[in-house]
Amino acid sequence: MLLENSGFFSSEPVQTALIVGTCAALVSAVIGVFTILRGNAFAGHALADVSSAGGAASFLLGINPLLGFLGMAWIAAFGMEFLGVRKVRERDLATGIVLGAGLGLSALFLYLDVTTTSTTGAAVSVMFGSMFAIPQSLIGPALVASAGVFLLVGLLYRPMMLTAVDPDLAAARGISLRWIGLLQLLALGLAVAVCALAIGAVLATALLIGPAGAAIRLSRRPAQAIFWAMAIGLTAVWGSIWMAYESYYWFSGNAWPVSFFVVTLVFLFYLTAVLVAKVMGLSARQKPVIWPHCEA
Amino acid sequence: MSDPVLSVAHLSVDLGGRSILRNVSFDLYPGQLCALIGENGAGKTTLLRSLLGLTAHRSGQALIDGAPADQRRALVGYVPQKIAFDPDVPLRTRDLVQLGLDGHRLGLPLFLGRKKALVDQALHAVWAEAFADQRVGELSGGQQQRAVIAHALVRQPRLLILDEPLANLDFGSANALVTLLGTLTRTQQIAVLVTAHDMNPLLPVMDRLVYLVGGQAATGSVEEVVQPDVLSKLYGYPVTVLRHGRRILVLPDAVAEDAETCTASHVPHPEKAD
Repeated sequence: MLLENSGFFSSEPVQTALIVGTCAALVSAVIGVFTILRGNAFAGHALADVSSAGGAASFLLGINPLLGFLGMAWIAAFGMEFLGVRKVRERDLATGIVLGAGLGLSALFLYLDVTTTSTTGAAVSVMFGSMFAIPQSLIGPALVASAGVFLLVGLLYRPMMLTAVDPDLAAARGISLRWIGLLQLLALGLAVAVCALAIGAVLATALLIGPAGAAIRLSRRPAQAIFWAMAIGLTAVWGSIWMAYESYYWFSGNAWPVSFFVVTLVFLFYLTAVLVAKVMGLSARQKPVIWPHCEA
Repeated sequence: MSDPVLSVAHLSVDLGGRSILRNVSFDLYPGQLCALIGENGAGKTTLLRSLLGLTAHRSGQALIDGAPADQRRALVGYVPQKIAFDPDVPLRTRDLVQLGLDGHRLGLPLFLGRKKALVDQALHAVWAEAFADQRVGELSGGQQQRAVIAHALVRQPRLLILDEPLANLDFGSANALVTLLGTLTRTQQIAVLVTAHDMNPLLPVMDRLVYLVGGQAATGSVEEVVQPDVLSKLYGYPVTVLRHGRRILVLPDAVAEDAETCTASHVPHPEKAD
């Protein structure tokens, strides 16, 4: 019906957007759950913001923007790890400092983009994404980066989970908190790059944290949380691509950006999840269980 | 008697140039519960960390089943201090226990057949079946403690170490936990090491005592260790040991002189205000 008439699936930019968007939704679901459990949401947000410097630099140097986002996200990840991420307060401090420095670079590179090249759209594209403008040549790199996230998380699933649940328990099992933390940040960097490519560096947080945050409230098991995060992320991304495409007709030739729809849908899903969790009493404390030997 | 599970001999540990533990020695056998008693800063946590192979020692040795602690992690179950799970963590009690079995392994947790039986067994051992499918963040403090004990037990360790398990528990939960620890020690024939500020709650189940003061230890049975001469030597100043029913109170002498008249006149006073 609507889709067939408007040539939705036959459009090349739509196909590219669907593939890259699907990658972004899946990887952010997988890594997002661990990021939130470890209390690392702020670090995830910072990595995404800082990656904008890499995206801006890639316009300047004429290199693959995915590499730009990824390079800067990894540099930031190493910076945070190096400055200290052990205690929560130190971690926030290190994250904030790296975030400030990174955004400074971003300001410089975007300024140079606009002044030395004639890419006036660079700033919007880097910061807020332009999904229908992603070149087809980036599909391959996006798939490789996504596979990297799945590989890392698949390999480290259990140690990462135990570390997220309680670092002391993990350390007692001989798990190196330092290595797990670093590898998790590397996987997060990969996910950030894919998300930044899809919906922009600044808005990437929404996809990284939102679906996972909503899913965690609805789930009792880790695998269940990842499943729901994927479902929410995919629904938001696919729905947004369709709405943005259709919005061309809704607003008489002025299509709204995909990123706006993604962020809005994710927000609505999160609100719904909070309400559902409240109504179903998922987060509420159950009645206490009496000790068996006390009853005797 | 069989070989000791844990054998600590002349163990000394320095941290940042400061001497934290000096010449600590004790053995622990299967089926024994040992209390590690000391105030804040006495070196309890440092001793535990050496037994977990997380802190290097300057001299002496800590052997678990005859080998250095860092080679015997699989034989040690550990319950850390201050357990507080976030209410939103999507993890059931049963999942936490399963992470005790395979949390250090790489790859995805796919084949659960035999593991489920082990997990159920550990849940049963700590009387946690009733909340096995609840999220750990929804449990009470005492229940979370038992969930973590099951997490530590599921690999069938020979030595179970608990760091201040009675802190933050109300009297009822604390008593129940002590009963549970006594039962586990006997039925599973494991060695259990429990740290605490106050020895009194553990007296009914305690087989041995390591009394730490300023990094030095007196070890043995309660009768051997909690004696005025032994403890005075350890503290470096005279102390008095008061016994009231099944309660024990250790006091520096200046305070104890007044307290002694209290017990002499049978004033029901000596409950340690801790």
